[in-house]
Order: sequence, then structure tokens, then C-alpha cells
Amino acid sequence: MMGHAEKSLAASAGPQRHRRAARHGEKLIELAMAAIAASVVVAIILVFAFLAREALPLLVTAHPLEALRGLTLPTGEDGGFAWQPVGRTPKLNVLPLVVGSLKITTIALALGVPTALAAALFVSEVVSARTRRILKPAIELLAGIPSVVLGLLMLRLVAPAMQRALDLTYTANAIVAGLALSLAVAPIVFSVAEEALSAVPRETREACYALGAHKWQTALFVVLPAALPGILAAVTLGFGRAIGETMIVLMTSGNAGVVDVLPTSGARTVTATIAAELGETERGGEHWRVLFLLGLVLVTTTIMLDAAGRAVARYLARRQGGIQRT
Amino acid sequence: MMSQGDRRFVAATGAATALLGLALGAILFALLAFGAPAVGTLTNGRGADIQATRQSLLHATYGTALCTMLMTLAVVPIGVITAVHLTEYARPGSRFVGLIRAAVRALAGVPSIVFGLFGLGFFVLFVGRGIDAVAYSHRAMPLFGRPSVMWASATLAVLTLPVVIVTTEDALRSVPRELREAAHALGATKLQGIYTIIIPAARTGILTGAILATSRGAGEVAAILFTGVAGYTPNLPTRPHDGFMHLGYQAYVLATQSPDVDATTPTLFLTALILVMATLGLNGVALVLRDRARSRV
Repeated sequence: MMGHAEKSLAASAGPQRHRRAARHGEKLIELAMAAIAASVVVAIILVFAFLAREALPLLVTAHPLEALRGLTLPTGEDGGFAWQPVGRTPKLNVLPLVVGSLKITTIALALGVPTALAAALFVSEVVSARTRRILKPAIELLAGIPSVVLGLLMLRLVAPAMQRALDLTYTANAIVAGLALSLAVAPIVFSVAEEALSAVPRETREACYALGAHKWQTALFVVLPAALPGILAAVTLGFGRAIGETMIVLMTSGNAGVVDVLPTSGARTVTATIAAELGETERGGEHWRVLFLLGLVLVTTTIMLDAAGRAVARYLARRQGGIQRT
Repeated sequence: MMSQGDRRFVAATGAATALLGLALGAILFALLAFGAPAVGTLTNGRGADIQATRQSLLHATYGTALCTMLMTLAVVPIGVITAVHLTEYARPGSRFVGLIRAAVRALAGVPSIVFGLFGLGFFVLFVGRGIDAVAYSHRAMPLFGRPSVMWASATLAVLTLPVVIVTTEDALRSVPRELREAAHALGATKLQGIYTIIIPAARTGILTGAILATSRGAGEVAAILFTGVAGYTPNLPTRPHDGFMHLGYQAYVLATQSPDVDATTPTLFLTALILVMATLGLNGVALVLRDRARSRV
């Protein structure tokens, strides 16, 4: 798609074959760039392939269903769900880990999402544009604190104080972990939700004020619903971050490998289990393979959830008739 | 005049905002208050254990910088080229573009511990062991087929790739169309236009992405647990297949596995403080750059 102007310029500037050679060179470079761009696709395929390579031999047996049942249903005479990978009879029941992950994620989202949404409403609906320019990045800085630092502060400073104040049995427990995790989740949810709220057109608010609505009514009943697709995306993102977070829960959750839904007792998450145990297990053993299988389940869950959240957001946006872009 | 409902709304949402700001302030204050005193002891103190602490802090700082730098060197060219391809060459809406976007989104959603598993399974056990089998089959012990700084950096590069791609793409898209047309009209080929006009015009945005990725990589611990980090190394890493110490991992070990909790607490907080100064410093620079780029447009 060369323009006339360029052709004549090229002719006057120098010999044409130079340009043709250059263009051939460019074609090669263009191909190389396409190949590099494709490496992202290769990367995500490799992630799945190499987790599967270590995990799937576990299920490639004469009785794959038996193997799965052993991992999820109570086994042995004493029954019960237990994750005790080390011992004379290793117990590899993943249910306590899944329950632990969900328990801590629920607490983190229950604490983090309302705070983040309220802060997003404040920044987008209450303060001036100039204050917003300072306030928004300031809160987003919270996301720049490495999770290992959140974990150690919670473990060393907050957890002991909380234990004394609330008279808890365990220093490290699901509430402490959920609280620390909410600090990791909140800035992300805040950031995405605030973008969504700010993208609601000014006219929508003004029309509302013209009808006599107060600011709080406009914010909660008009702006918030209009930004719903974006807010849903924010919450999904927060969920993915919470369930995939490792260092915080590894340090603060107490790592108890039994099913226990009480928030004040310990919990052991999928991520913390992988982090704590992979280094101590033998390559190719059952324990090793189960840990990789957990990783595979984890990444499948987060990606599926993200896709589902996105689909719902798209549906909502379409139903609103396109006043909102996400 | 504010109604009572409005006052309540402002108070409630303002309180939530203050809570998040307060959390950030409290974190920084705690790190400074508990970590700063260790600076004096470590610089002036003598004795074998202080020397050892000083050395491990030095090694961890160096290891973090080295690993993060290698990661940045790997991820920025790949991410920028991918973004250039997406914005300048690929047909919008084509299947290839859709595939790349889906891959970027998926990669962004992969938990960091899963990257750790991937790095171990792919880089260490597959690529590394492969190199050993081909080139070093006479050795009894693996050379490349073990966790090391190169594999940790490679793993982090895959982890931060989406950050670089997305921010660079935004930056390139904000370059006005007229600039492309002007370059074209002056006789520049497409590639010449890209590297003489478009990339320079988008450089602030591209730099922002690179810095954000660096910050993210520096604070990441879960992804390097099995791919290269070591609790202790007698020497600084000099070869790509050496293990390395890391501030984040050091903080984790000191916080959870310390034999003498009271004695190591100041070191623990100082370690965390150095790490946070690095990640927040980088984040701050990125935010300022982004703000400046936005206000200019």
C-alpha cells in the first residue's frame, strides 16, 4: 500500500533497487515480529502443557476415577478428610485445601471489596478532579507493596495483637490471613471499579440532578448500576488475585490440613501447600504429581472464572444499550 | 447544601478511602520504625553474626537487583515487539490478534505460584536438563538443570509479559494517526516510521510499562521459590546457572523460620524496608510518568 507520493519520493531520493531490498528486509523483520508476538500464545500453552506433564501420569492409570476419588473422598478406616502428605500412610485428600482456599478468599473479599468500592465511589463521585489525580495513584501504591511484606507485617505485628485482643486460640488463622489478603485485593478492585465509575458519562449524573435526586441517590442508584459491568470485572479480578495469592496465606493462615470452616481457626490453602511442600518432595512421586495437579486446577479455575466474569460483563453492557464501554 | 443522605454517603465512602490510605501509611511507618534501627547496628557493629547478617543482606539485595534486571532485559523487547505487532501490523479483529489477546489475558490471570511450577517443570527440568543431556552429559550433577538465577528471571519474564504488552499497546495507540501518515508521506517505510517516529513518541508510556513490570518482578517471591532462589549462598552469583539470594525470600525465611525471633526482627524489617523502597520507588516513578504522559495529551 505505497502511496504515489512515496513512490516518486523514493525514485528521486535514490536507486529503486535499494528500496526494494529494504522492503524485502522489512518483510523478514515483520515475520520475525509476528513470530515473537505469537510467543505469548506459546507461553500460555506451555504453562498448561508442562503442568500437565508432571501431573497427569497420576491419572493415567487403569482406574483414573479411582485415583480422583482417592484425592477427594474420605479414605481409609478412619475416614475423614485429611491432608497429611508426610507419614507412614500419607493422606492426600485435597478437600481441606480447597475449603481453606475458599474460606480465606471469602473473608478477604468480604473485607476488601466493600472497602474498595466505597473508596472508588468517594474518588469518582465526591472529590474534585484535582484531588482525584492525587488520591487515586496514592491508593494504587498499596498494590505495589509485595505480598511477602504484607504477610510478615500481619504475622509479626497484627496477628499477636489480635490474638490478645480477641482471645483467640491460634495466632495464625483464617481471619488474619483474610485481612492481609484484603489489603492485596482492595487496591486492584478499587482501581478497576474507579475507572468504570469515572467512565459513566457526566450527562447521566446531570440528568439525575435535574430530576431532583441527591448526590448519594445518583451515585448508588444510577452511576453504580451503570458501571456494573466494570465493577463485576473488578470483583472477578479481585477473586482471582485472592485465590491465587501465595506468600500472604503461607505466612499467616496457620496451614492446618483439616476441613474447618471456622474463621478463627487455621486453614491451609492450595497455593500455600504447593509453596511449602514442593521443595521437600521427590520428583515423580504421588505427592509431587498431586501438587502439580493442584496447580493445574488452580490456573484452570482462575482463567475460567475470568472468562465467565467477562462474558457476564459483556452481556450486562449489551443490555444497557451501549452507554457504558468496558 | 448537602442533605443528610449526602453527608452519610460522603462520610462512609470517605472513611473507606481513609482506611486504605491509613493502611499504606501504617505499613510504611512500621517498616521504617522497626527497620531503620537495624541500619546503625549493621554499619557500626562488629562480631561474627553481625558480619554474617550484613553479608546476607548484601547478597539478597544484589540477587534481587540481578534477577530483576535480567528479567527486564528479557521481557521488555519481547513485550514491546508484541505490542508493536498488535498495533502497527496485525489486522484489527483478525483471528491472530484475538488469539494473542486471549493469551495475554489468560497469562495475566495465572497465579504466581503456578508460574513457579511452570518454571520448574519447563525451564529447570525440561530446558535445563535438556541442555545438560546434550552438552554436559559427562557430569554427574546437573549444571543447567537446577534452579538458578537465569531460570528465575525467565520465569518472572513470562509472569510480567502481560504488563509490558498492555501498557506498551496503550502507549502506541495514543500516538496520533497523523504522525504515522506524516512519516509515510515523507517517504519513511513502515519500519522506519515505527522506530524513528512512533516509538519515540510513545517512549514515556513504554518506559512506564517497563518500570511497572520491573517493580512487579522485584516483589515477586512465589514464582522464584522453585526456580532459583536460595536461603544462603556463600558467594555472589556470577554465572547464569548460579543460585541467588533474594530480599523477598529472605524476609519470608526470617519471618517464619528464624531460630532467634527477637534477635533477627530488626534485620527482618530492614530487609522488607529495602524491598518496599525498591518496589514503591519504581511504582512511584511509573505513576509520575503516566500522569505526565496523560496531562500532555
